[in-house]
Amino acid sequence: MKHSTFIWFFSPTALAMLLFIAFPIVSVLVQSVHAPHKAVLVEVETCTPLVGCTIETSIDQEATRAIREEKPIGRFIGLEIFSDRGHLAISEVSKIWSISENFNEFFTKLGNLPFYRAMAFTLTFTFIVTPLVVIVGFLIALNVNALHDRIKGVVVFFSLLPFVITPLIGALVLFWMIDSRGILGSAIQWIFADPNLSLKASTGLMWISLIVYGVWHAAPFAFVIFYAGLQTLPADQLEAAQIDGATRAQQVRYVVLPHLMPLVSFVALIQLMDNFRVFEPIVGFNASAHAQSLSWFIFNDLGGETRQLSSASATSVLTIIGVTILLLPVLRRTWRDFMEKAK
Amino acid sequence: MTIASKRRSLSLRIAIYIFAAIWLLVAAFPFVWTLWGSFKVELDFFSVANWTNALSGERTIAEYGQPFTDAGYEGAWIKEEFWRNVINTFIVCFFVVCTSLTIGTLGGYALSRSGYRYTLILLIAALIFRAMPPITLVSGYMLPFFEWNVWGILPTTIIVLVAINQPFTLWMLHSFFQNIPKELDESAKVDGCSQFKAFRLVIIPVMWPGVITTGLFSFLLAYNDFAITSMLLSEDNRTMVPQIAAFLGTTYTEGNVMFAVAAVVSAAAPLFILVMFFQRQIVSGLTAGAVKG
Amino acid sequence: MNKKILSIVGALSITAFSTAQACEIGARVSIVGNEFPAIQTVGAGAAACTGGEVSTNLTADHQKINVPGMQGNPAEYTSAIVANSSIVALMNEDVIRPLDSLVAKHGGDLQSSQLIKVNGKVMAVAFMANAQHLMYRKDVLADLGISVPKTYEEMLAAAEKIRSSGAMQNPVGGAYAAGWNLAQEFNNMFLGYGGSHFKAGSANPSVNSEAGVNTLNMMKALSEYMNPDFLTHDSNATNAEYRAGNIALLNMWGSRASSQTTAEGVTDAVKNGHAIAGPMTVGGGSTAASTLWWDGWTVAKNISDAEAEATFIAMMNGISPSMMSDENIRTQAVWLIDGYTPTDAAIGVFEAAKMGTTPYPMLPYMGLMHTALGAELADFMQGKETAEQALADVEAAYVAAAKEKGYLN
Repeated sequence: MKHSTFIWFFSPTALAMLLFIAFPIVSVLVQSVHAPHKAVLVEVETCTPLVGCTIETSIDQEATRAIREEKPIGRFIGLEIFSDRGHLAISEVSKIWSISENFNEFFTKLGNLPFYRAMAFTLTFTFIVTPLVVIVGFLIALNVNALHDRIKGVVVFFSLLPFVITPLIGALVLFWMIDSRGILGSAIQWIFADPNLSLKASTGLMWISLIVYGVWHAAPFAFVIFYAGLQTLPADQLEAAQIDGATRAQQVRYVVLPHLMPLVSFVALIQLMDNFRVFEPIVGFNASAHAQSLSWFIFNDLGGETRQLSSASATSVLTIIGVTILLLPVLRRTWRDFMEKAK
Repeated sequence: MTIASKRRSLSLRIAIYIFAAIWLLVAAFPFVWTLWGSFKVELDFFSVANWTNALSGERTIAEYGQPFTDAGYEGAWIKEEFWRNVINTFIVCFFVVCTSLTIGTLGGYALSRSGYRYTLILLIAALIFRAMPPITLVSGYMLPFFEWNVWGILPTTIIVLVAINQPFTLWMLHSFFQNIPKELDESAKVDGCSQFKAFRLVIIPVMWPGVITTGLFSFLLAYNDFAITSMLLSEDNRTMVPQIAAFLGTTYTEGNVMFAVAAVVSAAAPLFILVMFFQRQIVSGLTAGAVKG
Repeated sequence: MNKKILSIVGALSITAFSTAQACEIGARVSIVGNEFPAIQTVGAGAAACTGGEVSTNLTADHQKINVPGMQGNPAEYTSAIVANSSIVALMNEDVIRPLDSLVAKHGGDLQSSQLIKVNGKVMAVAFMANAQHLMYRKDVLADLGISVPKTYEEMLAAAEKIRSSGAMQNPVGGAYAAGWNLAQEFNNMFLGYGGSHFKAGSANPSVNSEAGVNTLNMMKALSEYMNPDFLTHDSNATNAEYRAGNIALLNMWGSRASSQTTAEGVTDAVKNGHAIAGPMTVGGGSTAASTLWWDGWTVAKNISDAEAEATFIAMMNGISPSMMSDENIRTQAVWLIDGYTPTDAAIGVFEAAKMGTTPYPMLPYMGLMHTALGAELADFMQGKETAEQALADVEAAYVAAAKEKGYLN
């Protein structure tokens, strides 16, 4: 295709992405190395109902306005926000490193810093949920494929529900059920014969709940992709394997799996990306006491009484970097494949 | 596969059906439970006193004299006029799907037919774009949108959703178009068609399975979005999901949780119908396109 | 126009506004604010004005949109309805205007106590007050011969008695959900212990103090008598516990007092046993362990004077004293409007005011402190770290945020 034709075809989508994704990313980058100007504070008398007047600190607007108007974007601070305690916490980490006597102590202390605490959960979540989604999705796909044609439709229908449901709603529905008096919560108490057991009260159990939710929500996505892939399985290969006397497990191992491999990378790619940004379940499960993620930090920075735009921007940049690192192996493979095709 | 299934041993077949039954339970039970609970009062649905209340409806009986009540639905649909949010959702979904597919099809087609290296760079850039948490993008839009006086209205949200949806649409359609033999449009071009005419005459007639599947994913994204719609829509223009969140209430105010539960069930119903009608298309579209890598 | 408002306006036109004077405005009015019923009422009152377009956007997310919505020129919103915590963000960004001249011209119905003055200038007009205070089950306490707790120490003793009697396993409730709620409970208790969040006259934190440690220990002691899920219980979940008859003592928002027994499915025991009292003190202190809140409206800076005047007139109509004769409106809040006679549900808030409860600090950097408290205290409440460590974490998190925002060097 000629360059000019390509541009004609591609420009509408390129324009949309440029305006609403690329520009905001640039503005986020700029924002992350700038902070609001130093505030000029004054003591003033403040009067409120039922209380009367007290002396309180406030911002001297006259003095601050001049500084703001001169440079509306704020003061340039370089990578200061990236290295502060809310993000990479460089100085805190090196301090912890120097006072810790062993790795165990180092990691315990590291877990007290918000960024590393969030990374601990995010990475655990990502690396447990992603493979589980692939495996469970694959099993369901094999299973559904083996069912009688009459009930296949019904099973496919119900299998897709957890995926199509709005994530926030799905999380709420599950959250309501695992309450210590909800039906699942009660069932678990009964199974373990412990009337005080509560999934929401302990960090470990909360992580498990979130992971179970993550798998429940995303396994159908993997299922439908793999199931579609199974429909394209070349019948002759399978028959050849059967004639060669391959057992069922061998057929799966040597014929089905290699055929589905590209799909596994596709599902893994999407899942890695989505799980790294895990957000809705944390909000839906009210789990912020036990589990945090980078996306949750951004939400928290933007949602407080005082919005911390620079901090949120820095966290966003870190998220992009994190996802890119996670995707590197996949990206390299895509690049290699493309180059080979191009040859 | 049908030949194979005939030769399965009995134990394997039993195992398969047991597994399917368990999975069905896991996948469907939460929805059944919520549907059941949506006809109760809040104290029963959450079983705050005792979990059996959710089954027996003890407090619902005390309040309404019967174990089921449609009070949640009445409140959400009549008192809070949830149908307005439903209409908004469908307006948003319709335009998001149409716009997104139109520009995505053109872009995806171009990517699949151009062998230059920049196509790959564009694809990878699209992938990185998809990695951006939508919530940060939104916080960047707020100020300019207010300045241009376009905040809070449906068209703004539609355009933003289309843009955010593009990377995934492009990837899906790109791999789908790659599976349509290049020879088709090449030969049309040899016959003297322009690239666009070749696309129109040769590709458009055969692209529908992939486009419908991609469209379903776009629909889901628009239908389910919370981060963008809750930040960019004013109260009057809310779609369903932010309205459900509003029913849940805040620190200050008592939400009406049962309105939310009834609304949750109402919002899930169209998705069920959608899946029922399109599940064949989802599978066949994926079969024809994306899953071939 | 908003649907809820339509129905409220319908109700109002029959009752209150049939006697109210006509309200004429000459320019557009656009209001952003939270969505609870009292604010819906104010919005409806403002929307009753004729002559100019009045639009409202009342949503729980108002804090995310009011600043960007008022920063433009002209501003999208001509008025933001705020509380003492959220007005700070508007003042920090310099997007609201002093109201002195408008008060002099159109503020005839206002009481002087309604005027929120900062540095001598009226920045907001308050219309309702709120505070957290004790709600309890008088039947449960009476059965066990417990007197109504006046201090948190008495509350602990009462909780122990109730638990050991077997009447309730977890008799105490509290909105201890990690985040905003948990931080707010800390603030209450901390002020009750005589603590001060910042070193006098500066933005330097001082929560890592004796008062801070005492506060955390008291909160931990209380949480032993709470549902084990307490870190996920916001005020809605806590109220649900109360209505189900699972708890007998809780520190709850005054604005919830009137609806506590009117929700669907509340048992008769709770309906008849529900009672409220003022906030409690703690640690032998005389200051109530609570904070006093107001809600009020502001007028945007980046709008024409005509729009500002129209907004002021419309908002004045929204808090017209004539509304106070409507029984439904009267019970919606503890109004600060002339002509309001307190309902039974308002006792707690007025008691809080009488006890000299500290108002929630209206400091430019208080929001950052609140966020830091909400994020860092959960570890302590779960017993993962010491009180000192948790408070040191709070200070460190706050300092990082305050440096970013330019309040600290």
